[in-house]
Amino acid sequence: MPRKVLIVDDEPNIVVSLQFLMKKAGFDTAVARDGDEALTAVEQFRPDLVLLDVMMPRRDGYEVCQQLRGSGWTDLKIVMLTAKGREAEVTKGLALGADAYVTKPFSTSEVVDTVRRLLTGG
Amino acid sequence: MRARRPEGRWLLAAAVAALVVVAVVAISLLVWSGMPADQKGAVSDAVAGQILTLLIGAALGVAALVAAVARLVGRYTATARRLTAETRLLLEANPEHRLDRSGPAELTELATAVDDLAERRRVAVREVDSHIRAAQASLTQERNRLAALMAELAAAVIVCNVDGQILLYNAAARSVLGDDAAVGLGRSVFGFIDRDLLAHALDRIEHDSATSSHVAITVRGEQLLQVRVAPFRGPDGGITGFVLLLEDLTDRMNRSTRRDDLLRDLTEGTRSSLASIQAAIETVMDYPDMDADERRQFLGIVREESHLLGRRVETWVAESGAHAGAEWLPTEMSVADLLAVVCRALEREGTVAVSVRHGAADALWVRVDSHALARALAQMAGRLHDEVGVGELTLAATPDGSHAQLEMSWPGPPPRPARFQAWLDQPLTGLAASSARDVVARHGGEIWSGGPAGAAPDLRLLLPLTEAEPQPAPHTSLDLASRPEFYDFGLFDRQQQSLAWADRDLGDLSYTVFDTETTGLDPTGGDQIISVGAVRVVNRRLLRNESFERLVDPQRRVPASSTAVHGITSEMLVGQPTIDVVLPAFARFAADTVLVGHNVGFDMQFLRLAESRTGVQLTQPVLDTLLLDAALHPHHDEHSLEAIAGRLGVAVLGRHTALGDALVTGEVFLGMIPLLQQRGITTLGEASAASRVTLAARLDRSLYNS
Repeated sequence: MPRKVLIVDDEPNIVVSLQFLMKKAGFDTAVARDGDEALTAVEQFRPDLVLLDVMMPRRDGYEVCQQLRGSGWTDLKIVMLTAKGREAEVTKGLALGADAYVTKPFSTSEVVDTVRRLLTGG
Repeated sequence: MRARRPEGRWLLAAAVAALVVVAVVAISLLVWSGMPADQKGAVSDAVAGQILTLLIGAALGVAALVAAVARLVGRYTATARRLTAETRLLLEANPEHRLDRSGPAELTELATAVDDLAERRRVAVREVDSHIRAAQASLTQERNRLAALMAELAAAVIVCNVDGQILLYNAAARSVLGDDAAVGLGRSVFGFIDRDLLAHALDRIEHDSATSSHVAITVRGEQLLQVRVAPFRGPDGGITGFVLLLEDLTDRMNRSTRRDDLLRDLTEGTRSSLASIQAAIETVMDYPDMDADERRQFLGIVREESHLLGRRVETWVAESGAHAGAEWLPTEMSVADLLAVVCRALEREGTVAVSVRHGAADALWVRVDSHALARALAQMAGRLHDEVGVGELTLAATPDGSHAQLEMSWPGPPPRPARFQAWLDQPLTGLAASSARDVVARHGGEIWSGGPAGAAPDLRLLLPLTEAEPQPAPHTSLDLASRPEFYDFGLFDRQQQSLAWADRDLGDLSYTVFDTETTGLDPTGGDQIISVGAVRVVNRRLLRNESFERLVDPQRRVPASSTAVHGITSEMLVGQPTIDVVLPAFARFAADTVLVGHNVGFDMQFLRLAESRTGVQLTQPVLDTLLLDAALHPHHDEHSLEAIAGRLGVAVLGRHTALGDALVTGEVFLGMIPLLQQRGITTLGEASAASRVTLAARLDRSLYNS
C-alpha cells in the first residue's frame, strides 16, 4: 500500500509541482490550502507525512505542527517549508515537533529525497 | 588742612572774645550816651580812678573766655575727627569696628547712630554674601549636573561661544572627531566646522522665527559629519554661543550605499532573469511543435535562471538582512543581565515566584530593548498565572548557534496553543500599541511555548547574539573627578584676544606643556626623539584629559644607557610612526598656544632639527620653567624639576615618561604664575624678558666656571 503525503500550502503554483513530484515518487497525495483545512485533512486522510508551509492565513504552520503533536500525531512525519529561512525559525519549527525543514526556493530533488528518507526511516 | 585746624579753633575763640568786647563796649557806650551829665561826670571819675583795675579785669575776662571757647571747640572738633577716622576705618578696613563712645553727649549720640548703621550694614552684607554663596553653590551644582549629563550622552555635543571657542564638550564629541588636536577647551571649532556653516545657520535662525536650529552636513577628510547648530542667547537677547550636535554619518552612509548597491543588483538581476525565463517559457508554449532538443535547451534556461534568482536572494539576505532591524535597539547587554532585568520585572508584578538558573549563555551578548522584552515576558507570566495557574517560574538561557535561547519553565500544565497565540497578540501594559509578538519580531527573534508532547512545559524566546562583546564607551574609564575638565565656562565671555602675544596676561594664555624622551643628549650627533608627551593648560587649569602622547621610531637603536633613564627599548618602537609624522600632529595639538617645557632648549634643539626636515614650524613663543625659576630664585642653584616641584608642593609622579614629566612641569608652571605676578612679571613679554636675563646670567656663569 502506497504511503500518503498531505501537502499544505496556500500557494497553488507550488502545490502543482509538489503534488506532481510526490505522485511520481509513488505516494498518494492530498492537498490543504490553510491551517484549519490541514487539521481536518489529517484526520480524514490520515497521511504518513505532511509537507507543511509555515506562512499561511488564519493558522500558521507552527501552530498546525504543535496542534498535531499535541493531539496524538506523534509518529506523523512533518516537513516544514518556508520562504523566510531564518535560523531562528528553523529552531522554532524543530522545537515544536517538525522532523525536517526545507527552505524555499528548493530543488525538487531535495524535497523528494527528504520525504523518501523520512518515510523509509533511512 | 589738618595743620590749620588748631589755628581755626583759636581764631574762633578770639572772634567770640572780640564779639563779647564789642558788645560790652557798645552797651557801655549806649548806657553812657543815655546818662545825664552829672552822672556821666561821676562815672567818668569812678572809671578814671579804677581804669587800670578795670582794664586788667577786662583783659583777664577776655582771656578766660577765649580759653574756655577754644577748649570747648577743641573738644568737639577732636571728637568729631576721631569719629570720622573711626567711621572710615569701619567703612574701609574693618566692618566689625565699633566707635569709641567718649566725648560730648551730642557726638556720643552720633557715634551710637553710626554704630547702628554699621550693624545694619553688617547684617545686610552677610545676607547678600549668603545669597551669593547659595547662588554660586547652585550654579556649581548645575554645572556639575550638566557636565555629568554631557559625559553620559551618547550624542556628541560641543558648546562654543560666538567666536567658536569651545567651552564644553563631551567624550562622545572627542570620539566622533577622534583627534587630539580637534576638541579641547578654548580651541576653535573652526578647525573642523566651516566658519560659513555657522554664519549660514545663524542667518537662517535669525530670519526664520520657526527655526531654532539648523542642520548641515560637513565633510572632514574621509568623514561625513552631520552638525546640528542651535544658538543660545545671553540676558540681552543677543546670541552668545552655539550648541553643536555632531553625528558621524560615514558608517551609516556606507551601509546605506552598500544596501542601495545590493538592492540595485537584486532588482536588475531579477529583471534580467525574469526576462530570460519569460522569453524561454513563452517560446516553448507558443511553438509546441519544436523538437525535443530545442525544448530541452529552453527549459534548461528556465532552470538556470531560477537558480540564479535564488542565489541572488540569498546574497541579499546574507549581506543586508543580517544587520537590518537590530541597529536601533538601544542596549547591548549580557544574557545574565537581561535575565536579571526580566527577573526584577516579574518580581515587581508580584504574581509569580521567580528564580534564575545560571548557565553557559550568561556571558553571551544580545542587543535588546530590555524594557520591552521584560514587559512582554511579564505579560506572558501574568497570563500563565491567571489562566493556567502557574505560581512559580524558572528563568534560564542556553546558547543556540547564533542565538541565545531564553527559557521560562514551570511545573504544571502548558497553555493551549491557541490561547498562547492570543496572548502574544494582546497589547502590553505600559507599551501602547505593542504586543509581545511585535516586540519579539522587532528583535528579530522567535517565541513559542511547549515542545513535543511529554517535555516539561516552557516558554522559549530566541534572540540573535551580537557579533562580539561591545567595546566599553570611551568615557566609562574616566572617574567623576576628571569630568569637570570637559567644561570651562570661564572661557564664556572671553572674546578672542586681539593683543599681540607679548602683551597678553600670563593667566589668560593657553599653553602646551611638553616633554620629550630621546636616544641621547646630542641631537647634532644623531640622537633622536623617541617619545613626545604634552598636556594643555587653559584658563589656569591643567587639562589632564587633553593630552598628547606618542612613541616615535627614531630609526636607530636606543642605547641601553638611555633605556635606563626612560625605560623605552628599541623593540617598543617597532611600528611606531617616525618624527616626520609625529611632529605635524604635535604642531596641530600645540597650535595657538605657548609652548612650555623644563629646560626646554634641549627639547627644542631636537624639534628644530625635525622641523627643517618636515617643513612644519613651531612658530609660537616658548617658556622655560627652569629659566623662570631662576628668575624667581636667583640665589638658589638648584632648578631641577624635582627641586622646583618640592618648593611649590607639587607631587612628582610618573617621572621620566614624556607625558609624566609634562604633567609635573604643567603643575609647576601653574604654581609659578602667581609668584611671577608678585614680582611684577604679568605678561608673556615680561616673562620672556626675565627668562632672557637669567639665561644670560647663567651663560656668563658657566663661561666663568669653565
